[in-house]
Amino acid sequence: MINRRVFLVAALLTILAAAIFAYKVVILELPLGPDAEIDTWNVEVRISFNGSDGPAKASLYLLQTEGHYEVIDERFISGDYGLSIRQLTTNRKAVLSSRLASGQQFLLYRATIRRLARPHELEVTKTPEVSAPELYGAELAAARNVLESVHRRSADVETLVSVLLEELGSPASDDNILLLLDRDRSVLERANLATRILALAGISARVVHGFALQRLARSAAEVHWLEVFNEGQWLRFGVANAGQDIPDNYLPWWRFDRPLASVEGGEALYTRISVTLDTLPARDSARGVSKAERSAVVGLSLLNLPIETQALYHVLLTVPIGVFLLVIMRNVVGIKTFGTFMPVLIALAFRETQLLWGIVLFILVVGLGLAVRFYFDRLKLLAVPRLASVLIVVILLMGLISIISYKLGMPRGLSVALFPMVIMTMTIERMSVVWEETGPREALQQGAGSLLVAAFAYLLMNIELLRYFVFVFPESLLLVLAMTLLLGRYSGYRLTELLRFEVLGREP
Amino acid sequence: MFATVSQLQRAGVMGMNYRNIACLFEHNPRHRYPLVDDKLRTKDLASDAGIPVPPLYGVIEIQRQVSHIKRTLAPLKSFVIKPARGSGGNGILVISGQLHGFYRRAHGGMLTDHDLQHYLSRILSGMYSLGAQPDRAMIEYLVNFDPVFSSITYQGVPDVRIVVYRGVPVMAMVRLPTWRSRGRANLHQGAIGAGVDIATGVTREAVLANRIVAEHPDTGVAIAGIHVPYWDLLLQTAARCYELTGMGYLGADFVLDKAKGALLLELNARPGLNIQIANRSGLIPRLKLVDSYVATPCSLTERVGFAKHEFRGS
Repeated sequence: MINRRVFLVAALLTILAAAIFAYKVVILELPLGPDAEIDTWNVEVRISFNGSDGPAKASLYLLQTEGHYEVIDERFISGDYGLSIRQLTTNRKAVLSSRLASGQQFLLYRATIRRLARPHELEVTKTPEVSAPELYGAELAAARNVLESVHRRSADVETLVSVLLEELGSPASDDNILLLLDRDRSVLERANLATRILALAGISARVVHGFALQRLARSAAEVHWLEVFNEGQWLRFGVANAGQDIPDNYLPWWRFDRPLASVEGGEALYTRISVTLDTLPARDSARGVSKAERSAVVGLSLLNLPIETQALYHVLLTVPIGVFLLVIMRNVVGIKTFGTFMPVLIALAFRETQLLWGIVLFILVVGLGLAVRFYFDRLKLLAVPRLASVLIVVILLMGLISIISYKLGMPRGLSVALFPMVIMTMTIERMSVVWEETGPREALQQGAGSLLVAAFAYLLMNIELLRYFVFVFPESLLLVLAMTLLLGRYSGYRLTELLRFEVLGREP
Repeated sequence: MFATVSQLQRAGVMGMNYRNIACLFEHNPRHRYPLVDDKLRTKDLASDAGIPVPPLYGVIEIQRQVSHIKRTLAPLKSFVIKPARGSGGNGILVISGQLHGFYRRAHGGMLTDHDLQHYLSRILSGMYSLGAQPDRAMIEYLVNFDPVFSSITYQGVPDVRIVVYRGVPVMAMVRLPTWRSRGRANLHQGAIGAGVDIATGVTREAVLANRIVAEHPDTGVAIAGIHVPYWDLLLQTAARCYELTGMGYLGADFVLDKAKGALLLELNARPGLNIQIANRSGLIPRLKLVDSYVATPCSLTERVGFAKHEFRGS
């Protein structure tokens, strides 16, 4: 039974994994666990547009060091575009230009920023001038009315702004605000209106645009807030939360009523921002290691991939762990499941649905699908059309569950769409065959076994430390491979066989 | 409730992992599986070697034949439809008679032509085959089983399974259909298995769902002490299947017909492990014994003689 070759391969894989791991830990000093103090983010902006066979000029606001955030590195990937960066009073702007742009154009801006313990103070020399807002006629009158009513209910500039933002944000606001806001009640629109009304009162205010920094956002949404000048400094007011302070993780980016990127000589402009928390050791960024050195350090690492691909690998690399668990569950414990890898794929879907909801949704889809499948059986269909019909029903069921749960105010139900539908279909098919041939008991047993393994796999694959570990040290998967190979030659009893052959163990 | 690992090891019980690694990988060459997995090929192989098998009435290979099924079946009083590559006894339909254009199922219920055609289509589409491969349906003689087991069988056809390791019969059992198994002889579908003494061919108590039972649950008749007819012939035939297929570990399934005697029903390249429970003894010591014996090639009679001598009174 002992197969030397398997042991040899497993040993080589283990040694290789240990060597790479030791090199990374001892020589490169990569931290073993996710460091709570790490506060470095990679921000990436992708711009694409269609050139119109002539000169094109794209402008983009850039991140700048201010407040709690410091830009420690930035770069452009822009092909043969010329680049000029201009420092404006409160914004930094890059202009990328090309004489001839035809077809789809791609530009990439990447910056690394870090959070400071003590914020940079904005230096303010003089009170900014307030110019008359662009309000005319009925709008001007309405704005005056709003200002007057807000003024009456406030004591100073700070309370004035708070009351104003509250007024603009409340859904049952008066006719004046309805007139001014028209139908667009977005945060941005409210912020812009607030600056104009404050200008009427001679108060200098500006809209700040930025992003909420988070662990991982493949496509981050813009956030907006207000800065109001008062007694020599700029005060910040959240607009979405009506005048409260803004959250700490809001990263200021650019100011005034303009879009992040704009293009001349092109159309169909598309911008996308992604943000990831960098897993680089905090001390490297703090020391300001140069770009070249840093890329040598992580040269052969997933950390060097584009952020979106990194996010993908964050998920992909946990799959081997789930698969390893599956091997143990099937060959050592002896739990029967439908389909070899079905539980791991279900576990991946659980990441989005969360465990409890995932199980409920899974049972719902498979249960309803099974009912329909039994009906189809009576119609006596050929195999492939029947499978296809079940697949169509599964998709319809998923849509239906999404709609109903949304209507019931349970947005979690929407994530049912992330279930792998082909796998669900095959599960329904196999379950119905087992049901018919061996009885409902066996079918339900195997169904429950699959769910159990999926739940375990989900819990294991979601351990933060483990996910960090396989991402920063992917060589650990070689170890997983080695263990899986060894399990491939495991000839001992399965746990369930101890139960099954119990009667034989009792014999003298 | 649970046996410990050492208890099972002492009893020499073979687990699934051990079977796969030590028996299947070692002794069953991959390229020979089709000989055994396809019942039609097994049938050809056996009849060419002069081993009696249940007569074949017809093979349905393409959908077109399905529509003409009535003509094929008209002269037949009773018959069995099974997928050529079915696994675990799945997809077997037993028709015990025809009446006014209806087919009577052995364990109750009537089927129309239409039902039968749909059933055949499902077999062709691979619903019952290993890995859902497209399959063929075979129409076969319905065994009129020897009355020896009639008092301990509820509907269906009992069969005799002999596990052969490297040409030596190592363990045997009779599989008796029950009400729960709906006439089928597969243990995992609810049939009961009774161990058979290799030396004498006499049955012992049976096993139902991992419990030892002395009487058939449906007929109430004692199971132990029945002498299996043609026992020597069965052992010889089972042992011959080793040369025939080149599979070092296989299960040979026989049925005993009133008129035609012992018929080889099918071969199984991955025989299940419940035979150990039916015999209340583990397979591993027997396999080890065979391993130490088969060092030199030996004849069929020698191997059967060895088995009858070594596995006496089990």
